[in-house]
Amino acid sequence: MTNHWIDIRNADCILIMGSNAAENHPISFKWVTKAQEKGATLIHVDPRFTRTSAKADIYTYLRSGTDIAFLGGMINYILTKELYAKEYTANYTNAPFIVSSKFGFNDGLFSGYDPKTHKYDKAGWTFEKDEKGRDKRDLTMQDPNCVLQRLKKHFSRYTPEIVSSITGTPIPDLLKVYAAYAATGPDDKAGTIMYAMGWTQHTVGVQNIRAMCIIQLLLGNIGIAGGGVNALRGESNVQASTDHGLLFHIWPGYLGTPAASNPTLEDYNKKNTPKTNEPLSANWWQNKPKYMASFLKSMFGDEATKENEFGYSWLPKVDDGVSYTWMDIFDQMYKGKFTGFFAWGQNPACSGANANKTRQALGKLDWMVNVNLFDNETASFWKGPGMDPKQIKTEVFFLPCAASVEKEGSITNSGRWMQWRYKAADPPGDCKPDGDIMVELFEHIRKLYKRYDGVFDTPILNLRWDHVTGGKFDPHAVAKLINGYFEKDTTVQDKTYKKGTLVPAFAMLQADGATSSGNWLFCNSYTDKGNMAARRGKNDPTGLGLFPDWAWCWPVNRRIIYNRASVNAAGKPLAPNKNILEWKDGKWVGDVPDGPWPPLDQKDKGRLPFIMKTDGVAAIFGPGLVDGPFPEHYEPLECPVEKNEMSAQRINPVAPIYGTAADTYTTCDPRYPFVCSTYRVTEHWQTGVMTRWQPWLLETQPQMFVEMSEELAKLLEIKNGDPCIVSSPRGQVEAAAIVTKRLRPFIIQGTTIHQVGIPWCYGWVHPKNGGDSANLLTPSTGDPNTRIPESKAFMVNVVKKGGK
Amino acid sequence: MHVTRREFLKISGMASALGALAGLGFDVLPIKSYAAGLDTMSVKETTSICPYCAVGCGQIVQTDKATGKIINTEGDSDHPINEGSLCAKGASLYQLVVNPSRWTQVLYRAPYSDKWEEKTWDWALDRIAVNVKKSRDTAFVTKNAKGQEVNRTEGIAHIGSAALDNEECWLLQAIMRSLGLVYIEHQARI
Repeated sequence: MTNHWIDIRNADCILIMGSNAAENHPISFKWVTKAQEKGATLIHVDPRFTRTSAKADIYTYLRSGTDIAFLGGMINYILTKELYAKEYTANYTNAPFIVSSKFGFNDGLFSGYDPKTHKYDKAGWTFEKDEKGRDKRDLTMQDPNCVLQRLKKHFSRYTPEIVSSITGTPIPDLLKVYAAYAATGPDDKAGTIMYAMGWTQHTVGVQNIRAMCIIQLLLGNIGIAGGGVNALRGESNVQASTDHGLLFHIWPGYLGTPAASNPTLEDYNKKNTPKTNEPLSANWWQNKPKYMASFLKSMFGDEATKENEFGYSWLPKVDDGVSYTWMDIFDQMYKGKFTGFFAWGQNPACSGANANKTRQALGKLDWMVNVNLFDNETASFWKGPGMDPKQIKTEVFFLPCAASVEKEGSITNSGRWMQWRYKAADPPGDCKPDGDIMVELFEHIRKLYKRYDGVFDTPILNLRWDHVTGGKFDPHAVAKLINGYFEKDTTVQDKTYKKGTLVPAFAMLQADGATSSGNWLFCNSYTDKGNMAARRGKNDPTGLGLFPDWAWCWPVNRRIIYNRASVNAAGKPLAPNKNILEWKDGKWVGDVPDGPWPPLDQKDKGRLPFIMKTDGVAAIFGPGLVDGPFPEHYEPLECPVEKNEMSAQRINPVAPIYGTAADTYTTCDPRYPFVCSTYRVTEHWQTGVMTRWQPWLLETQPQMFVEMSEELAKLLEIKNGDPCIVSSPRGQVEAAAIVTKRLRPFIIQGTTIHQVGIPWCYGWVHPKNGGDSANLLTPSTGDPNTRIPESKAFMVNVVKKGGK
Repeated sequence: MHVTRREFLKISGMASALGALAGLGFDVLPIKSYAAGLDTMSVKETTSICPYCAVGCGQIVQTDKATGKIINTEGDSDHPINEGSLCAKGASLYQLVVNPSRWTQVLYRAPYSDKWEEKTWDWALDRIAVNVKKSRDTAFVTKNAKGQEVNRTEGIAHIGSAALDNEECWLLQAIMRSLGLVYIEHQARI
């Protein structure tokens, strides 16, 4: 989230789309309700009428996988009616920039597409430059090649008529939503978006969000109280497990994982540190070499020296252009690539797409370690449905871990608040805190490498280990290392810090090895003032719910990111009624500003608000993605229509497709005529490992079900409660029918299309006869940028059990 | 004396001499809630954050000082996000932790076996370490097909976890990367 949970109350209009917040993030609704009580309009757009819809002022529906068409129509509406915030877009976004003449778009394809490799060459997706190398611009935004005019042209095709034919949303509903949301364009109005997996789990997932970012920028809704782009993240600490780089493509703090083409740290820094010709741009990533060196010092301590480039060569490099994501892991595992596998606090046999492929893949390993609280479908895969233990070689280790309240440490919520929690009791039996398991496991491994010869053991032997106390994991010591230390006496800005002092903030980090910091974004979280995440102060000086003394928030306790966009060039709030930041008597008052510089009107000293962007402004034209600088509607990989009404390009031309025997896809196939979407219920969580074993919760949601409209039920002669079989080319699940008015048929291109929905929180291990995972049905495809699977729109069949 | 937790905390702020029985600076004695019926003199209170979705709601956990067992969990009224309320899952925290179905032993399934066996930590960690070394070293790639130095193992993959604490996440990535893993992923990708 650019903003945070309590800030939702400051919105004048809240769009919930790609999320069922009332059921899946229930407490978020406390703040949605407070906004409504103050007069805000709540809009919910979803294929299914949910408890979120029930609270909405405006609810309408769309077919799964057509969000870009819906939002594209809104962009068109805002531009044709000139409802956009003109000063904001001209000054704080790249809307006035002149797009290169090499850029083009024709019938669903952007320029640079290679049909053989299914990839774009993005070289032409750039801006024209002036003689100083600065991006050319027309601040009146009238030049036909400026971003705003190109955007207008691109989305002029998204008329209400075509949008309605694609989405199935009635035209009056579309216009009602567009008008209500576009009303947040004036400076004193704020609109916010709450989205979740309903937007990410598509072959156009990132572009769904891009489309909304464009709307938020056009309406001047980013960087302000009650605005922003707010992903409702689904796991208690998924924000920080991402921040801390438990992903193949990033090291902690969003430092891109070094590729093989960067053999030295010098190469890496040269190729990955952005330079700018824009004098007003802060270009914050110019500091990347400081964060790299500090991270490497946190990994290897005294062994990391200038001479050995702080141990850069000791860490693994990925091949350029190769994807190592979740889906690729299970694809490679299925093909027999790995002998060993750790599934730590995870249940991939139910959570990943195409679960049958995953379950088969687990049987091709020599060994697997599963760390968990309860038995689950991954640990016990070898005795699951269709498995013969006598044929499965995989050695399985189940390591029992402590629950959240049986250990000490911090977690970071969706609003970036890092909050400390305490140990209330010892874990039962042999269960151990995960941190202790990690420490003991690594010490066992390191002992082997000390005793016997091993391949390239330098990084193992040199890993910094001074934050482990007496063989036990010490969360305070690790938290301090994540913050970072001065590794030698260092003078920064006329102040000398002794070796061993905690670094006060990331502006003090150094590129020469003088500092360590496990994650620069968290520098300032544990300082000589103490453990900032443990704070419980309730001051609210702005009255807008920032609570700056409660816990700690990255970066540097800034509660609303890009908050310099909330003020004008003089540093005065654009919305005085929502004043989060103001330049007063020569200093900033309110939230922690996005950098110390004065406002823009102070010649040569002020800086543009989007400090993480190389050119200082937000990207309406976004050349960074692999599938286009503007969003474009494509049908899901599996869809119910032969033709994409927007172009000849039916699906995202760069969507990933896998080729094993377990990877089958189908589209417009009469055997699988219904659109299907997966979702959660309030009483269960993710695959249900932490909730299915609780009688209180299981009693309320005891078994797998399939929701369908009354019309479809009539067609299939299915009654409420009937046992049904839901199937796709990849698998099938048994589910009890819920016949409901919450779903309805869509009229798409003049034809009736039915959609059904199934929850993904069940599995065969427990409860008996509760059903199995919805992911047995989902396909191994997904967004080409992230490879998050397309679990929200795929094709299935439904029959009554025992029927035909 | 009938006061709500919120009212009580206000009183408590003015007159802390009421006695700090619990861990975090507030007395649990006169709180009107489920806990009111319990023997609060012998209870330790700790604060926590909900382990389910990422709203980050505050929770209070009450532990019996004599037995060290958790006896109750509830929403933290002082927490600015949830102000004491919790959803069905957050409200069931007690049953997540105090649950006879939890697996509390190290378990091992041998190749081609149809059953779990109980093992000690030392036995399991020794054996996993041997497996890791073998898998890592056998599939270690010093140079890729283009001859570029990559120093990685392609024999082991790792996923997890968004269910861990920050400090654990950081240490886990450090360990896995020091072993040379590049296939490192978790829930954020699904």
